[in-house]
This record gives sequence, C-alpha cells and structure tokens, in this order.
Amino acid sequence: MKIDLNTVKKIAHLARLEFDEEGAEKMMKDMTQILDWEEQLNEINTEGVEPLTTMSSEVNVLRADKMGEHLSHERALQNAPQKDSDYFRVPKVLE
Amino acid sequence: MGSNLVLPEFEPIFGILVVKIEEMISAEIKNKYELVVGLEVHAQLLTQSKMYTADSTEFGNLPNTQISVITLGHPGTLPKVNRKAVEYAIKMGLACNSNITRTNIFARKNYFYPDLPKGYQITQDKGPICVGGEVPITLPDGTQKSIALTRIHMEEDAGKSMHLAGEVDTLVDFNRAGVPLIEIVSEPDIRSSDEAYAYLVEIKKLVRYLEICDGNMEEGSLRCDANISVRLRGAKEYGKKVEVKNMNSFRNVSRAIEHEFERQIELIEAGIEIISETRTFDATTGTTSGMRTKEDLNDYRYFPEPDLSPVIVSEEWLASIQESMPALPRELYNKFIREYGLPEYDAGVLTDSKEIALYFEELCGLIHNYKAASNWMMGPVKSYLNELTLHISDFPISPRRLAELIELIDEGKVSFSAASQKIYPILLEDKVKTPLEIAQSQNLIQESNEESIKPLVESVLAENSAKVAEYRSGKKGLMGMFMGQVMKKSQGKADPKVATKILTELLEN
Repeated sequence: MKIDLNTVKKIAHLARLEFDEEGAEKMMKDMTQILDWEEQLNEINTEGVEPLTTMSSEVNVLRADKMGEHLSHERALQNAPQKDSDYFRVPKVLE
Repeated sequence: MGSNLVLPEFEPIFGILVVKIEEMISAEIKNKYELVVGLEVHAQLLTQSKMYTADSTEFGNLPNTQISVITLGHPGTLPKVNRKAVEYAIKMGLACNSNITRTNIFARKNYFYPDLPKGYQITQDKGPICVGGEVPITLPDGTQKSIALTRIHMEEDAGKSMHLAGEVDTLVDFNRAGVPLIEIVSEPDIRSSDEAYAYLVEIKKLVRYLEICDGNMEEGSLRCDANISVRLRGAKEYGKKVEVKNMNSFRNVSRAIEHEFERQIELIEAGIEIISETRTFDATTGTTSGMRTKEDLNDYRYFPEPDLSPVIVSEEWLASIQESMPALPRELYNKFIREYGLPEYDAGVLTDSKEIALYFEELCGLIHNYKAASNWMMGPVKSYLNELTLHISDFPISPRRLAELIELIDEGKVSFSAASQKIYPILLEDKVKTPLEIAQSQNLIQESNEESIKPLVESVLAENSAKVAEYRSGKKGLMGMFMGQVMKKSQGKADPKVATKILTELLEN
C-alpha cells in the first residue's frame, strides 16, 4: 500500500508530530514498507473469524466500586510543565 | 416570498437582528419544512469511584485532588473497569427495552485536547453495551409517542478546563476526568422542541428512578447535544445536520432547536447551503454560532482498547440486575390509572418524582380511597413541600399517619375542612399523637348521629319559619343558609352529609 505525502502530513498532524521535508519522505517510505509487509496477512482467509481484540484470554477483570488512594495534590502536579498551586496550566485553547 | 428576504452577509450575532430575521419567516414558509432532531445525552453515573480507577467522583472538591497516575495517563498504568458502572449502564438499557450486548469491548477514541490527559478517551465504539430500545414520551396535549434509541454506551468524562478572562493560560482540573458516563443516543425521531423537552424529562425521570444519575442538567451531571436538520415535508432524505452544544437546561435545548429550525429554513429559502458543523448555544441571546473547528476533520482513529479485557454479561449477572430493577415511572403511571382509577393528570403529577410516587404507593397500601389519597398528595402535601422547598423525604407525616387522617374523613368522624385546616397543621408539628387523638383533643369529632343532629335542625327551622316558607315556595338557594345555621349550632361538628339529609327531609315534607 502506497502512502503519499499528504497522508503522512495528516497522520503527523493527528499525532502532533512535525517532520521536515526530508523526514516526511523517509516516513512515507517506512510506512509504505510496513503496510506492504502487513498486507501479507491478506493472503489468509479470515472468513468467519471474529476480530482479535485482546491478546489475553482473561475476561471480566472488574473492580468493586470502592474509593482508593489519590495522589497528593503536590505530586499530582509535580511533572506538569506549567502549573500553579491549584491547576495544570496549558496554552489558552479558546480565544 | 423567499425572494423578499434580505440576509445579512454575516451571521446574525445580536439578538435584535435575529428577532428581525425570525419575523421575516412567515408561518406559511415554516410550515413547508419539517424539523428533524436526534439527541445525545451524557449522564454521569452515581458511582463512588471513577470508571477505570479508584479515584473519588465526589463533586465540588479542591481542583486536582481526586486524581491518580491512571487518571493522568502516566506510562505503565493500567485501567480496570468499575463493575457498578457496567451495571448502571445495563439498568438504563433494561429500562429502555434495549438489547444488552453480552460481549463488551472498549475502544480508544484518540484526540488531543488539554482536558483529556491520556490523549484518548476509553469508550465503546463497535458493540455498545445497549443496542436499540425506546423512550415513550407524553406531549403537553396528551399525545403519546415513542423515541427510538440507537445505542447506549459506556465511557469516561474529561477534565474541566477554565478559560478565565484576563488569564493568559487555560487552567485544567482533572477531578472529573474518568468519571463514568453513559451516552444515550437517540434516532432522529424528534420532530419538535416540545418532543425534545418531553424526551429529556423522561430520560431524567428514568435515571433518577434507577438512581444511576442525579439528572441535574444545570450542574452538568446530565448533558445534551442536539443534531438538528430540516427538510421539506414529505422528503425522504434528511437535510445536512448541525450539532449544537452548550445547552445547560431543558428549556435551552428547546430554545436552541427553535432557533436552529428558523435559521436553517432561512438559509435554505435564500438558496444558501447548510454546512455540517458544530455550533454553540448562547443562552443570553437564544442563538447559536459556529465553533472554530479545532481539527479540519474529526478523525478519532478508534481501535480496541488493549489494556482492558472484554466484559462478558452472563445470564446470571443479567438476571440479578433485572431483579434489582425498581418500578419505573411509566409502570407506576399505568398502575395508578388502571388499578387506582386515577385521572391521567394525577398519575402524571404523582410519578413525576420517584420519592413522591413511592410515598403514594405506600399510602395506597393502607387505604382504599385512592382518589382522596391523590387529592391529599397533590393538595396539602405538595403545597407544604413547595412552601418550605422540602423534599418528600423530609415530610414529617408518615404514610401511616396520613392514611389514618384520610380514614377519619372517610368514616365521617371529621370533616375534610377540620382535617385539612385543623388536624393536618398539628400533625405536621406533633409526631406522637394520632390523628384521632388530635381530633378528640381539639373537639373536632363530627356528629354523625341522626338522633343528635335532628333536634339542631328542627330548632334552626323553627327559628327561621319565614325562610322555610320561602324555601318551600321555590327559593332552593336558601339551603346553604340553613346548613350554615346548623353547623353554627353544632359548633362545626355536625357531619354535613347527615345534616343535609335531615334538612332535606324536613324541608320537603
């Protein structure tokens, strides 16, 4: 499957990644290669086979509705690039 | 007519301009079009802990104090599904007659926004927990209609961002991030703002009866987005739909729908194509305006959530949830009409809130004069609660004591007016004395013995011989005057029914 430059740009934007022209070219080739390789799977007849959604055979790993420990307020904010004493701060998203 | 329209080049922003435009659409033009609405309702589930972590869901605490590494999406953390949230979602599905999906998988909905710490929301995409179903509604004119549901799925809430005026940054509080939600998606079956309103009233009633959500739209525990389009009556295809957000009351959902209906007709009549977009409602102007799109195109790239194993709903589990289902508003409504013989109006008022309905149910288990019980609930009980803005759970008179009071009236021991004006106010204060004891101590026991009332009637008639003659010559209106005299003589204790009977007998002979 051929990935074109526009697809690379779109996916990069959705993933908030930036490539220069050279990088985008390289990424385009890589992605095409990966998808070509994966296309081998199309050779297998999967009719009547349920899609695999998990690698584990476990089901119903559920929690009782009980409150647990929280992070302390300070630790919760500790890794934030920008914060004040109460909030995480991010660049303004609405004008 | 459409050619007479003068459309401004830009969106009408000011209320005045909008009013002018709306006035320009005649009823005739409006009538050519049909409104088509589907609603997406998010309900915050009343669990103690979040959907996939054990953080508290309590509302109103200091910002960023109810978060864990899972909520914040730190590397290496794993979510785990809250069993109760699954049960609550199933309850809603059962209440709406949906099909319950037996094998549930979760999905990641990927997008970047500052209130979404993980960069994706764990939701359901294919195979939502509830498929199909319906919500019956009753319109103000009594018409019944059923709104079909597409699906109900489980997901988690986002955090809360604040864009304060004069603040350079956006402030984010993640206490709400991860709170369990169900999203109830209706089919585009709604044809008027009244129907939308009635649908929301019904959804709110359901979640409150089920005790899975407090249903408070002003506080955001119930949220509604509306997909609105218009088409010419009789058209088969739907028009281009517009999604409206940011309506924080049932009333505002109605207003937004009304406004969109007119705005879209206006555009179509002027030959302008409707753009499928997300618009935000402004409650002060009653209008909608386009939101700046944050993405050229929403591409959420859903894929199965690898961190959560499937949730399988077994027969046993489903049966145990089914068993725990409370009586639903519509069931009680029908019961009140069919079994208790109440008018539809009474049944509607009494099932408006679960607590009132259950109180009334208890009352009806104790007495058989259901209409009297309904009148007491809708009259003295409701007006007391309204006056003091109290909840029925704070009502000081138990169903048993109220039943005793109603029985005193039914047995003719006290008059309705003595019961409602004298005994009832004392019952509200005095939690020990029975209604009968109060009636006795207040000297309110009614005389219904014919032998003792008859002499009173006779003396009234003897004292008013002239009026008696007038009555007998046809002035039947004097009956009230005689009754008044009898009641006065008995100090209000004569049973009016008995007194009327004796009076009639003596006067007609």
